[in-house]
Parts: sequence; C-alpha cells; structure tokens
Amino acid sequence: MQARVQSTQHSAYTLHELQSATGTIVREYVSPAGTVFAVAWKGPYPPNLHELLGSQYAQYEQAMKMPSGRASHGPATIRLPNLVVQLSGHMGDYSGRAYLPDKVPSSMSLESIR
Amino acid sequence: MTNGTKFRAAALGASLAVFLSACGGGSSSHQNTIATSASNVQTITVNSGPAGDYANGVFTSVTVCVPSSSNCQVIDGILVDTGSYGLRLLSSTGGGALTLPLPHQTGSDGNPIGECAPFVSAFTSGPVATADITISGEKASALPVQVIDGTFANLADVCQAAFGTQEQDTLTGQNGQGGLSANGILGVGPLVQDCGSQCAQTGSSNPGLYYDCAGATCTVTSEGLSQQVQNPVASFATDNNGVIVELPQTSTASSVAGSLVFGIGTQSNNALGSATVFPINSNVEFSTGFKGQTYPAFVDSGSNALFFLDSTSTSLPECSDNANFYCPASNTGLSATPASTGSVSEALKFTIGNADSLFADPSAFVFPTLGGPNSGTFDWGLPFFFGRNVYTAINGKNTPGGQGPYWAF
Repeated sequence: MQARVQSTQHSAYTLHELQSATGTIVREYVSPAGTVFAVAWKGPYPPNLHELLGSQYAQYEQAMKMPSGRASHGPATIRLPNLVVQLSGHMGDYSGRAYLPDKVPSSMSLESIR
Repeated sequence: MTNGTKFRAAALGASLAVFLSACGGGSSSHQNTIATSASNVQTITVNSGPAGDYANGVFTSVTVCVPSSSNCQVIDGILVDTGSYGLRLLSSTGGGALTLPLPHQTGSDGNPIGECAPFVSAFTSGPVATADITISGEKASALPVQVIDGTFANLADVCQAAFGTQEQDTLTGQNGQGGLSANGILGVGPLVQDCGSQCAQTGSSNPGLYYDCAGATCTVTSEGLSQQVQNPVASFATDNNGVIVELPQTSTASSVAGSLVFGIGTQSNNALGSATVFPINSNVEFSTGFKGQTYPAFVDSGSNALFFLDSTSTSLPECSDNANFYCPASNTGLSATPASTGSVSEALKFTIGNADSLFADPSAFVFPTLGGPNSGTFDWGLPFFFGRNVYTAINGKNTPGGQGPYWAF
C-alpha cells in the first residue's frame, strides 16, 4: 500500500495514520512493545483485509464461513475470544476496525478505536 | 466517489403535499401513502426472496434485453438497494435467473472488462455487460451492468486477493460462503457511477475495481465514467433525478408490498411534499444524534436491520449466537435524530426487538424491529423505511428540494 504516514504518541500506545493513494485512511494502534493491537479505516474504497489483518486473517476468514442463523446484509461483526472485526459502510463509503481484545491497553476505551 | 458534492442548505418550506400525507416524521400514529400503479411506479415486495431465506429484503423485477433487440428476459427477485449504484444480475452459472446472453463490454484491446464490486462484507465479481432495461414504464438503453459470475476468468480470485472479503457469486452459498440470496441487485442510491473518477485514472490512485481480462488473466484497467456500472435511474429519459421507496408500516410478517417511485417532483405522484431534505456530504453520509453524541450515518434499503453503534452506547446486548444482531431481553424503545447541513429532524422513535425471538418464527421475513451493532455509525436500514416514504436524490440532478445528492423523509 502506498501511503503517507503520520505518527502520534499517546500514553499507552503510538498511533500511525496512513493515507493510501486511493484516499482511504488507515490507523494502526501500536503498543510500547511494538505490537499492532488494533487497526481502523475509513474511506471511499475498501482496504485490503489480508494486509490489515495479517496473521489474524485466517481466523477472520474461517469465522466468516461459519453459518450463523439468518444472515445479516450490511455491516458485519465477527467476535471471537481473541479477535474482533467490524465492517461498516455502503458503496462509496467504507469503514471498520479490527482489534485484539486481550492486547488493548486497559486505560483505552474501545470507542476510541476508529 | 462523489463527484461535485455540494454542501448546501436544504430547501424547506412550501408544502406541496397533495397526494402524500403530511407526516414526514413517520410518527407511529400516521400512515404514509403508497403510490398506486403508474408508468413511474414499480411494485416492490419484502419477502423471503428467491432463495427463501432473506430477512428484510425488498425485491422487485426488471426486464433486461440484449441492446436494440426484442431478445429479453424478465428477472424477478432483484434486491432494491439505495446503498449501491448500478444493476447487477446473478448468472445462472451461480444459480441466478439470468440466462440472456448479454454482450460483454470490451476494452480498447478487444478484451472483456470485468469488475470486482465491493460491498461492505462481500464482493460480487464478473463481466461488465451492456443491456437495455425496463422497469415499469421507464427505460435505460445500452446501460453498463454487471453480470455476477464467479466462473468468469480468474476474477473472483483477484477480487478476493484485493479486498479479503467474502465472494458472493452464488444464490444459496457454497463451501460455507454466504449466498447472495437474490437474483441481482438494483442499486438506486444517491450516486451515478459505482466507482467514479478514480477508476478512470491509471496508477496507484486507481482502486482496482475494473479489470481487462485476457483469457483467464485479469489485470486492473482504467474505466471511463460512462463505461462504469451505473445507477439506471440516472439514465432514464424522464423521472431520472431520484427515487422514493414507499413501504407501509407493518408488524412482523411474512410479506409486505410497496412501491418504488421514479423521479422527485416530476409527476403528480412523486412530490417532495413535507419531507425534510438532508444533503449528503462527500463521504456519502449525513449524521445522527443519539444520547447527546453525534455519529456519521447513512440510509440504506439494502441493509437488513437498523445497524447502529454498540452494546456499550445502546445498552442492547448482541445475540450470543450471532454478533451481527441485537438481542435485548424485551422490546426496547429508543430515539435518534438525523441531521445534515442546514437540516435537523425531529427525534425519530424506534423499537429494537430480540433477533433470536424474531427469527424463531420460520414463516416471518419482515422485521420492523430488527437491529444490530455497527461501531460508531448509524445505518438506517430497511426497518427505517416501514411507514415512511424515503427519497433518494441523485448526485448532480436538480429536484424541487435542490440538487442531489440528498435523502429526504
């Protein structure tokens, strides 16, 4: 992904903001130990979930394939013990986030991941 | 993406409501008026759809013809989607209805053009084709449409590698993948093209929706605006500035009928009336206030629930067996306030029920109280449309309520 990067230091994490050439903004939340514990995105085109989820992608993909009663059409929430992925938006407007619940700093509210 | 989106104050005021009842807030004590048969009115139905499993899907039929011919096919079970742009038809290769041999669009090298069309959690893949289409008395000629066909070239694999979302190229799903559960998607949202100017560019700013497919090998190509898959309403000769989705108030049911009306203020049956205009911003959004906070929001008939916020901010628990829906212990009344530049709605009241309880009735497919989470965002999905006439004005088109894009209700 070609992107411009801006970094902001917070008390419990470092926030890297990347803007891809297509205009979609990706935010990466990184722990002091260097672990990316959350990503969030918003923009006119969807991001590549393979790139954003990395080693977590296989777990997400498996969960998407599990039948779960009547289907939702629109936003999607995948909630696993150690991974949450939320996809939102509509055509021309995509947003979402993914995080590792047990790696999010306790001082940080989940609402601030966006 | 939105081209030339205007931030503008809404044109409010003059009540032109002769044929429409003047209860724009959709208050539960009023009934909206559903347009009856006319050349700009198409019947729509909320039911289980062609796969027999769709919750809150609103469907209609479209007549599709090989351009400038009488070789036509009527296709029903097509989802009416104000959250996307363009007609997509599921090929019989994926269990869909389309068997008509529509001519493929070709690039300057003569190769067929394919598209990866990104939806929120899934994509459709297949060739771009050209069709004459008729809906009620409205016609669009030589319209670029997408044929949803997962067997076309290597495109489905290319789309999966590009987005990482679910392939949705079959009616009922296979290998654990969810199916489209529709014979197609009629995208009649507030934009014209499904991609916009960035798909016409070359290089890294091209988001990779359109492909030139040489044999089995597809590579990203630039696609001009007029070649892109696009909202058929914008191509109609008349009544081409937007649509009104009109569905009655309902309780949980197996089926409910309504009308899709073409044009805003172009006929006696599609006046804006007392509806409030909410301009759409460059993110294709407006906003919604809830419990003192303001969130980005949009209106989307193709979302099958009111998808909003999260359990923390709503106090609604997710269902233990399906995190896509809310499962409160009992019906829960809430209110929220749509707003946009220059426009604020009255607070809209709505009720969220327990999805597990609603789905326990196997004969029910219409759910006005279905809700689900949508972190940090308000998606006014199909339940919002019951009992309320919802106007979608197309980008750049003039209407009595000002130039689109806007939603009005």
